[in-house]
This record gives sequence, C-alpha cells and structure tokens, in this order.
Amino acid sequence: MNETFLLGRLSLADIEPLKLFQNPDISTAIGSLASWVVIVGAIAVVALLTVKGWWKPLFTEWLNTTDHKKIGIMYLTFAGVMFIRGVLEGVVMRAHLMTSYEGGFLTSEHFAELFSTHGTIMIFFVLMPALIGLMNLLVPLQIGARDVAFPKLNQISLGFTAVGGVLIMLSLVVGGFETGGWTAYPPYTGAAFQPGPGPDYWVWAIGLSGVGSLLTGLNFAVTIYKMRCPGMTFMRMPLFVWTALCTSILLIFALPPLTAVTLMQALDRYLDFHFFTNDLGGNMMNYANMFWMFGHPEVYILILPAFGIYSEISQTYSGKMLYGYTSLVLATMAIAVLSFTVWLHHFFTMGQSAAINAAFGVATMLIAIPTGVKVYVWIATLWRGRVRLRTPIVYLAGFIVFFVIGGYTGVILANPTINFAVHNSQFVVAHFHNVLLPGTLFAILAGIYTWFPKFFGFRLDETWSLRTAYLFVIGFAVTFLPLYVLGLMGYPRRSPAFDDPTFIPYVIVSFLGAVMLLGALTSLIVSFVVSVRKRDELAVPGGDPWDGWTLEWATPAPVPEWNFAVIPEVHSRHAFGIEKMSGNAFSFEESEIEAIEMPAGSYIGLAIAVFGTLLGFALVFWIWWLAALSLLVMVGYGIALGFLPNRPIIVPAEEVARVHKSWADAALGERRTRREDETLPTNRGYAAPIAGAHA
Amino acid sequence: MTSAAASPKPLHPGLNLGPAHGKANMEAEPVVFGFWVFLMSDLVTFAMFFAVYATSVHATAGGPGNAAITDLTSIAIQTGALLISSLLFGLGTIAMKYDEGRAKVAGFLAAALAFGLVFLGFEIRDFMHAAEIGAVPMRSGYLSSYWALVGLHGLHVTVGSIIILAMIAQIAIFGLRSDVKSRILRLGLYWHFLDVIWVGIITVVFLPGAVA
Repeated sequence: MNETFLLGRLSLADIEPLKLFQNPDISTAIGSLASWVVIVGAIAVVALLTVKGWWKPLFTEWLNTTDHKKIGIMYLTFAGVMFIRGVLEGVVMRAHLMTSYEGGFLTSEHFAELFSTHGTIMIFFVLMPALIGLMNLLVPLQIGARDVAFPKLNQISLGFTAVGGVLIMLSLVVGGFETGGWTAYPPYTGAAFQPGPGPDYWVWAIGLSGVGSLLTGLNFAVTIYKMRCPGMTFMRMPLFVWTALCTSILLIFALPPLTAVTLMQALDRYLDFHFFTNDLGGNMMNYANMFWMFGHPEVYILILPAFGIYSEISQTYSGKMLYGYTSLVLATMAIAVLSFTVWLHHFFTMGQSAAINAAFGVATMLIAIPTGVKVYVWIATLWRGRVRLRTPIVYLAGFIVFFVIGGYTGVILANPTINFAVHNSQFVVAHFHNVLLPGTLFAILAGIYTWFPKFFGFRLDETWSLRTAYLFVIGFAVTFLPLYVLGLMGYPRRSPAFDDPTFIPYVIVSFLGAVMLLGALTSLIVSFVVSVRKRDELAVPGGDPWDGWTLEWATPAPVPEWNFAVIPEVHSRHAFGIEKMSGNAFSFEESEIEAIEMPAGSYIGLAIAVFGTLLGFALVFWIWWLAALSLLVMVGYGIALGFLPNRPIIVPAEEVARVHKSWADAALGERRTRREDETLPTNRGYAAPIAGAHA
Repeated sequence: MTSAAASPKPLHPGLNLGPAHGKANMEAEPVVFGFWVFLMSDLVTFAMFFAVYATSVHATAGGPGNAAITDLTSIAIQTGALLISSLLFGLGTIAMKYDEGRAKVAGFLAAALAFGLVFLGFEIRDFMHAAEIGAVPMRSGYLSSYWALVGLHGLHVTVGSIIILAMIAQIAIFGLRSDVKSRILRLGLYWHFLDVIWVGIITVVFLPGAVA
C-alpha cells in the first residue's frame, strides 16, 4: 500500500463518487450513487443555509448553545438524517434479497457493507440519539429544572455523537465501511482479513460517539438525582424521568466495556496487538463477552425510555391516571438490573457448557416478567379510559400487539436448546426488528408527535401523522413478520443469496413491506412540511394542547430559554393537572420572579465535533500529523476551558416577568379546548381539564 | 433550586470546603457527585482490562510470561512513589481547607507531581526493559493484555500529571477561588483512585509474577 506523509494511505481508488464514471457494474454504481446523494445533500444544506441567511443564527444561536432544548432538537435532527439513510439501505437490501434467488444485483461484499452500516446507524445514530434528544427535551422540564446539571458537558456529548455520524457518512464517500455486521466481530474484522479502512471507520465512529453517550448518561443521572425541584420526590417523578434515570445508569455502566473493546480492537489493528487475533494467544471470546456486556444493556438503553414515552402517552391520550405507577417503577428498575445478567444469550452456540447456557437462559426469561407487568399496566391504563384515537395511540396499539409477539419470540430465543436451531437465522432478524421498531421507533415517533408542539409552538398535522403511523405499523408487520417463517424454514441471516425457491414468496412480501416503510418515511417528511406550512392554523401558544399533567406543560410554547419563570414546587405526580383543576394554573406573584442566571454559550461542542471527526478520519487513513494535531486541539481546548472566564448570562427579572405575564394573561382570555376538539384549529394550547381524571 | 436546597442536612460531609463556603458547597454538590459517577464508570473500564488480563495469563504463545517481566524492586519503588504522591496531594487539600496560603497548596501539588513523575519514570524503565527481552505487546495475547492494562494506568497517571500542572497554573492565576478548590478536590479523588487501581495491578499482575 502506498503511503504518503500528507495523505497517509488515502488514494484516488478510495473515492467512491469517481467510480460512477469508471464503467461500474450495477452494485458499484449503486454505492457510487449513494455517495453522490451524500455530496448533493451536503451541498443542498449549504445552499439552503446561504439562501435563507441562516449561517449567522446557526453559529450564534444553535452551535454555541448550552440550552438543553436546542441540544435535544439537534440530536433529533441528526437522528432524522441518519434515519433516512438507514431506511434507504434497508429498502435496497430488501430489493436485493427479493431478487437474490441464486443471484441478486449486489455483490456479497456490498450487501455485507449495507447490513453493517444499516445496523450500526440504526442502533447508534438513530435510536440512541433520538432517545437522548427526547431525554434532553423533557427531563429538565419534567423535574422542574432550568437545565441539565452540566450544560457544557451536554454540548460536548452532542459533539462526540456527531463525530460518529459524520464518520459513517464519510465512509460512504471515501473508502467504504466494514463488512462484519454492526457487532464487527474479530478476527474477521481484524487486520489479517480486512486491512482496509472499513473496520477502522467502525472503531472510531463507535469509540468516539461512545464517549458522548457515556457523558450523557453521567449528565442525566446527576441531573435527575440533584436537580429536582422542591417537592419532586422520586415517587412523584413522571415515568419518563424514571426510565431516563435507568437508561442513564445503564449508559454509565455499559459504555465502558464498549470503549474497552473498541480500544483493544484498535490496538490489534494499528499496533499489531493480539487481543482478538487467531494467532499468538488472541481470544475473540473476550471480544464477544465484552461487546455484549455493553450490547445487552444497550437493548434496554433503547427500550426503557420508549417504555417511559408509552407510559406518558397512555395516560395523556386516555385521560386517565397511569394504572400501577409503583409497579412500573419497580419493573423498570428490575429490568435495568437484570439487563446486566444476560449478555451471554447472544452467543449460546459459542462453546460454553450447558450449565452456563442454562443459567443465562433462565436469567433472560426472567426479564419477561417485569416486561409483562408493564404491558398489563399500559393495557389497564387504557381500559375504561377516555381513549382518543390520536396518532400516538395508533403507535401504542401497534406497539402492544406486536411487542408482545417480539417478546414471546425473545423468550423462545432465550431457550438455549431452541436457540441452537434458530440462531443466526432470519428468525433473529425478525425478532430484533420486532422489538426495536414497535418498541423504540414507534415510541420515538409518538413522542415527537406529542411534544413537538411544546418546543415549536404548533402541532403536527393530524391527517398526515395518522397516515404515517398506519403506514409504519402495517409496513413493519408486512416486512418483518414473514422473516419469522423464513427463519424457521432455515434461511440464514446476513446471507446475500439463497437457493431454495420456497423462500421466494416471503421475500417478495417482505420487499412490499419495505416499500410501505419507505412510504411511511416519505409521509413522515410530508407531515413535517405540511405542518410547517399550516403552522399558524396549528399554533398552540398556550403550550398545553393535549391536557398534559406534568410540569413540562406548565410553560408557554415554545418554552422560554429559562424554562420556568419561578422554580415550581410540586405536591403530587400531576402537578400541572391538579393546578388546572383548581384553576390556579396560570396565577402567579410577580414579586416572586427574580433575575435568572443562565450558562453562557460555548463552542467546545462544535470544536469536539470538527476536530473529533478530523481525528477519526486521520486515524482511518493513517494521516498521523492530522491525528496528532486534532488531538492536540481537543485536549488543548479542554484544558483552556479551565482558564477561560465563565460568566453566566443574567436574564433580568423584568424580561422573565414580561414573557411569563404575556402567556398567563393570554390564558385568561382564551377558551379552553375540550378533548374532542383537540385536533381543530381552535386548539390554541389551553386544555379544558377532564373532570375526575386525578382521582 | 435543587431539592437538596430545601433540606437542612449537610451535603457531602466527607468533602466539605469548610463552614464558610455555603454557596461553594452548593455548587460543588452536583459536580463532585458527577465526578464520583465518572470514576465509577472508569473503574468498569479498568475492570474490562483486568478481566482480559486474567483470561490471558496463559496465552503467552511460547513468549515471555509473567515472571520474566516482573521486577519487584522496581514495583516497590513505583508503589512507594505513587503512595507518597497521594499523601502529598492529601496534605495539599488539607492546606487548602485550612487556608494556609496558595503557595503551600501549590507546593504540595508540585511535590505530588514530582513523585508521580518518579512513578512514571520507573514504569517506563520497566517497559523498556520488557521490550529489550522481547516482551513486546505484539509477541502474544498475554503481553498485549499486560501492556494495555499497565499502560492504561500509566496513561491515567500521565493525564493526571498534566492536569496537576494546569491546576498549579490556575492557583497561580486565579488564587484559591471556590471553583479552583472544587477542581483540586476532584483531581484529588482521581489521583487517589489511581492508587486503588495500582493496588489492584500489584495484586493481579506483579505479585503472581514474583511468585512464579
């Protein structure tokens, strides 16, 4: 391999866009086209920012912000962009598999690259940042705080997360990704078998974004433990906060194994160490164990906040108090603890004794108990409630039906004897899509629908949101349920082609489902565009369009930077709901309002994002000078932070009072919206409380 | 603003900054707690490297093993240097608590740094010796795990040393401002934490090596 000082091992042959003009085969052409999509997309964003004159606000209001709400929105935007790529890859894969009876249009190499990036992106750069984005938006508001415990650290976390996403996007344009799946098991991803840049992209994308996730966990755990407003005892916290706490704890303990494993893999690949190689005493089982010590808690990192969202919406959209709050809290905690005891079930077939397999199998099945408790709790909450069939309830219904199926197949897979037969088959693919789509993705979409008006000041268009929801739910079922059958028929996962014609009808149905999911994605985008256009009609300045009961609804929409004019004091789980019932929701003493100290903006997060990306890219292509320089800048900036002045911004009491008063005064004149009218333009975000809901 | 504000209980009794620092105590509360959480997480990272070391003890692939790279005299010196460094840091934080002047605090920190560097010097000497006898990490899985575990601890000590330097500079520029004090306390936690890890390394790596 030719190496130069300036560009390391980067060569023209790594530049994917050029391949389109080099008489490519169809598989290469698709890869090259995808790289053009990234380039054109980037140019389009730059053009949009320039035409609209958004560059200045981008740098002075967003990229330097420490406001948890803006950081949350940036997380969700980032996740949205990555989601588009993830879905498109999924559709390309299903199209290939439909035609892959003894063939298919992609090369095996390209197909392997697709399922590797698809998995990595969906887990690390869609579901995780989307949930972390929602945690950012909601947790400080729901516990009555002005921001997270460490606003600047929050920005740093976002910076590290962005590094991972940008690196993966770069891999599409320069050099290509690894082909060992999202788990990237060595020795196949080791230097002996894949010397190219692919696995290095994985190592640095995951390693660097993992630092961000770890810091997020730390930040939110401290926020929830230390920043709750007076009266917000643990057992008064909204369920979403509980699940965010459990997820934070999981992040704190589960991310270190991932960091360790990526570091060791990097040492293997760069410095010829022998942690996981085939020769000289390497042992890939260490990798498998450590990866899944992270990987299994990761599953619950992804699902617990989703459970939190479902708990909130089952209460909100049925106008009925959550049934069994305490059992839900206990079940959440039980799942968090149990999640550390089951990692081995990801590799039952890799040589342990039957006794060890049995122990881990039993531990795995135990998780079904608290999860079952939760499902009953949600059903019991809806039972005899005043359920309104809004978009979130469609997702919730889809979730309850399909998640139970996904859970059952999980229990099936937890049995080592059955696992030997179905592991590494499409059955497993069906299972984890079955828990992650209805479980996490639907919850994120339902959550976005519910809380979007809070942060943007207008609701999402109901018609398009409902279309999106039905398309996602049905599209999911059509795409992934046939894979259970295929798995039981013996179709292996990650297989680029098959030679059994009886599979053909199933892969065709699955492809049709994928097309529906593509339609769902399109419909989702349309729903945003339509809603932005109709934003005056959909405006909810009152900030409470759904008759919410928790503290985040006790603020105007969009929420002012300081969240609460006066830090609230709560006396029950439904602080705002009960205030509304008693008619005190908007009354306040102007004398109580004081000047507010807000943290000043900072560019540390942006610096981490830029130089972290350069560091990762330089390491992937062995450009040592750039790697050293980037690391130096990041460390130097970090040390310099201790020396830079850190003056908070003071918001004067008059300004706080003015904003709060205009909201409260408007509330006096507005008609309260009844629940049956909540999708009409008359819903201005002042909800009429439902009688008897807090009994 | 925090729920703790409403309660009259003293916060973090083990880490109080003195009775005259009510507001500083309040501000230190989440920060110090967060730092404990970070250390807990870092401990898990070390646990992974310990676990890999433990599973790799026999994976020498015919190369040098535990006994060949253990120099107990050097380890004794390193241990002494690290513990004395920790003691000096502790004396520095006591001087800080009783307001004995910034020169004294900075002096103790500089002394702690000096002993930290002695530790690093001997550790590097041991690594170089290992390289001379062919016990390089590329030689075997065992040696990979040895270099990574001991090296990770060494890397932590190096980072700590750089931050001690930065803190001495902050004392010189800002004096013993309450946020500087809070940082020194957290750095102290980190510095003592590295002792705990080191005791683990002696027990798991070097004592079995000396016996073998």
